[in-house]
Amino acid sequence: MSSVSDGSRESMRQRLRRVDPARRQASVEAAAAAARLAERAAAEGLADIAYTQLDSPLGRLMVAGTSSGLVRLAFPEEQPDSVLERLATRISPRIVHSATRLEPVRRQLEEYFTGRRRRFEVPLDWSLIGPFGWRVLSATAAIPYGGVLSYSEVAGVAGSPRGSRATGNALGANPIPIVIPCHRVLRSGGALGGYAGGLERKRWLLELEGALAPSQQRRA
Amino acid sequence: MGVSATLPPFQGFLDANRDAVWRFLLASVGREEADDCFQETFIAALRAYPRLRADSNLRAWVLTIAHNKALDAHRARARRAVPVSEPDAGAEGPGHPPARDDVLWTAVNGLPARQRSAVVLRFVADLPHRDIAAAIGCSEEAARRSLHEGLAKLRKVVPA
Repeated sequence: MSSVSDGSRESMRQRLRRVDPARRQASVEAAAAAARLAERAAAEGLADIAYTQLDSPLGRLMVAGTSSGLVRLAFPEEQPDSVLERLATRISPRIVHSATRLEPVRRQLEEYFTGRRRRFEVPLDWSLIGPFGWRVLSATAAIPYGGVLSYSEVAGVAGSPRGSRATGNALGANPIPIVIPCHRVLRSGGALGGYAGGLERKRWLLELEGALAPSQQRRA
Repeated sequence: MGVSATLPPFQGFLDANRDAVWRFLLASVGREEADDCFQETFIAALRAYPRLRADSNLRAWVLTIAHNKALDAHRARARRAVPVSEPDAGAEGPGHPPARDDVLWTAVNGLPARQRSAVVLRFVADLPHRDIAAAIGCSEEAARRSLHEGLAKLRKVVPA
């Protein structure tokens, strides 16, 4: 890299590197400083999106929120990095990690998963949801805990009576599953239909809510 | 980088550059002021972030900001007229042993700003000459020269 090779200069280089006061503890300190920065940026509204990850009976979930509310909930199969990259492209790259900002969401999800909460009271940010998706997911958000609707019923409420396929697509693209309860939409005959998070999770959520009898046998 | 390159989420940028910035600041302004400068550096970066071109050299960019914050800190310190030979990178703090080579780091601290930054960016932040040049806002050749001048001066003032 450098043409310099005389002994004294080389030893000064080595000495500069060797005594680098930072190296030993630098990574730990830098990580702590960065964590303070991220929390502060989230608290002071300098970041547009704050996110964190949390453990749940359905795996490690990523949750992300803006100043308007919860904007994204992702199951672990969606790689956290790609979820963040898409948020950066679609909303803003000013994204920081902040457990504090997402604490109300974490608490309510925990209460929900342990059967102590039947509806979420966190503001939602709908900006990842298009006009048709908005109609479908608004109708879905109105389905109460323990209840279910069919795809065609949701399509009807959304004003798209023939569009149960389009409705299914809009449900599949739900950026905030669980909180917008797209798992409460089933096929007309009662078959589970589809779920972006996987049918095992859909079944688990419906059993938690008592909409589906706990069943030993996996579906036919 | 492709034309479709997009800026990484800020958190990724922060994680990828926090060590280099921290080391740079620790060595150029000392432990006492490193955290303030670090916070100011990344807050400034966060504010400007969305306007950045996706194909920018992000590390050089954030080190430019850190370099400027370090200069501000040095100027503020000079205004406060702190006596010479203040402890710098090796400053003692709770739980932090003094660096083993205080003489050397005091000498680094005494270098002219550009040489000091060049030396620190090279040996503490491990930057290549191209990035040092971008960080301190000069040509690669000038960065190389500052680095060599800084090293020469250190060899003169620091006992082997």
